[in-house]
Amino acid sequence: MKHETIETNAGLLIALTLVVISIGGLVEIVPLFYIDDTVEEVEGVRPYTPLELRGRDLYVREGCYTCHSQMIRPFRDEMLRYGHYSLAAESMYDHPFQWGSKRTGPDLARVGGKYSNDWHVRHLIDPRAVVPESIMPGYPWLARRDLRYDDIERRMRALRIAGVPYSLTEEEFAANVERFGEETARQLDITRARENLEAQARRGNYDGDPSRITEMDAMVAYLQMLGTLVDFTRYDEGYFVEFR
Amino acid sequence: MNEPGHEQQSAPGKPGEVETTGHVWDGDLREYNNPLPRWWLWSFYATVVFSLIYWLLYPAWPIAGTYTKGVAWINYEVEGEPQRSHWNSRALLLRDMQTGDAAVRQREFLQVIAEADHDTVLSDTDMLAFVNSYARGIFGDFCAACHQTGGAGIIGLYPNLADDNWHWGGTIQAIEQTITRGRMGYMPPYRETFDDQQADAVAAYVLSLAGHEGGDPEQVSLGGAIFQGYEGGCYACHGREGLGLKSQGAPNLTNDIWQNIDVTGAQSHAERQALVRDLILRGVQREMPAFGDRLSPAEIRVLATYVHQLGGGL
Repeated sequence: MKHETIETNAGLLIALTLVVISIGGLVEIVPLFYIDDTVEEVEGVRPYTPLELRGRDLYVREGCYTCHSQMIRPFRDEMLRYGHYSLAAESMYDHPFQWGSKRTGPDLARVGGKYSNDWHVRHLIDPRAVVPESIMPGYPWLARRDLRYDDIERRMRALRIAGVPYSLTEEEFAANVERFGEETARQLDITRARENLEAQARRGNYDGDPSRITEMDAMVAYLQMLGTLVDFTRYDEGYFVEFR
Repeated sequence: MNEPGHEQQSAPGKPGEVETTGHVWDGDLREYNNPLPRWWLWSFYATVVFSLIYWLLYPAWPIAGTYTKGVAWINYEVEGEPQRSHWNSRALLLRDMQTGDAAVRQREFLQVIAEADHDTVLSDTDMLAFVNSYARGIFGDFCAACHQTGGAGIIGLYPNLADDNWHWGGTIQAIEQTITRGRMGYMPPYRETFDDQQADAVAAYVLSLAGHEGGDPEQVSLGGAIFQGYEGGCYACHGREGLGLKSQGAPNLTNDIWQNIDVTGAQSHAERQALVRDLILRGVQREMPAFGDRLSPAEIRVLATYVHQLGGGL
């Protein structure tokens, strides 16, 4: 094809430009889908419970990812501050993943259990009430608004299409029991989503107000489970190196 | 739109004239055909050579379910056994943690402190310097969110660590235990137990314990009877003399240090009494998370030593 043909034909020029720049992306991304060792074999990782899932949706809605990453890189300084580096397996059920690319606030990949529920509630309502030097905006409406979860089944069904093992049929449920154990499998059962969500919010009482289920309940439930699924004491130091 | 015209590529004729590509736009716009600058061309070739060496050394090309691993390797240890892996950032981190200069020195220092007894650490300036610099980072990340950067806490929410008054004990051992296992602070609400008059009386008595004069003597003596009697049972945790009980996290009520209400900031005795009464009625429920899974015992030792010296005391 002659230089001049491309140069004088805007449509063709755009198409060929896209082909050229997508090669860089494809070469880097596509192999990760079929290289065997990308996702580590590790115990404990499970899809989100209905309440955590709603919390995660709110995390995305409020744009938390624009300031907080969820990706602890394998560097000594990050390990000392945030804990074990993130595994690919830990975000295998995330659609989309929340790795982020910028830290205005700290990384949140292992924030679960680090602070009390009460602290999270106060901090989300008014960050400077507990951390005077914080520049994070407040999210006071989370505590005021009732959590909408009449569409929780639909949200789980959508993720099921994307490959997350939420179960609809008896067979899928049985497969989940086999894979995650009975207790977790129950949480992943779409037909029980609403009662599961209500039960977890009641039991956890994340926002300190047991009389209603607010968006704060879901958000704190999500934050408190981040990075807590894998028990790293069960693996020797060299185990995760073998997957690279 | 003006279609480009076409003419023969022109070679430079006179000095100063430049070769053109032969494309003509809008009748008279021509495109120069300058050769690439020599330095640019050679830099480009150099990057090609660099990438070839890179492919050889490091993981690069995907092949079916695996990839070329490269010939660079990293040595590390797993449970004392030497291991060797192709170059990757995880192995690099492991090696860095095991044999990196700063990591080794830090580990040695942590080890020394973990094995030394508390008094030795507190009296050795080198160890103390290490404790202060290492613990400041951990404190900033794990503790300051609640207890604030300087450890002063927030009245009503998070206890002050920078004074010598401790709910659960201020010895290094006690602080280590607090950090490792977390604490659940609880005082039951007396809303259902006391009527207003009784709550007022207990508040007056509690203030008198802390040395605040100006309470109605009748209220104080009624409050004392409730505090020391079956009805209130306050003595069970706060003690007969109001000195508190560290195993329950029950504060000393006699030293006029208040973590849950701002008594010293109140203007009048009536205001102070109202603060104490409201606290008695609503109770206290506080939680400090456990950090035993997040921090190593040596780090907890360092942190506890740091927190202890913020204000001292037992």
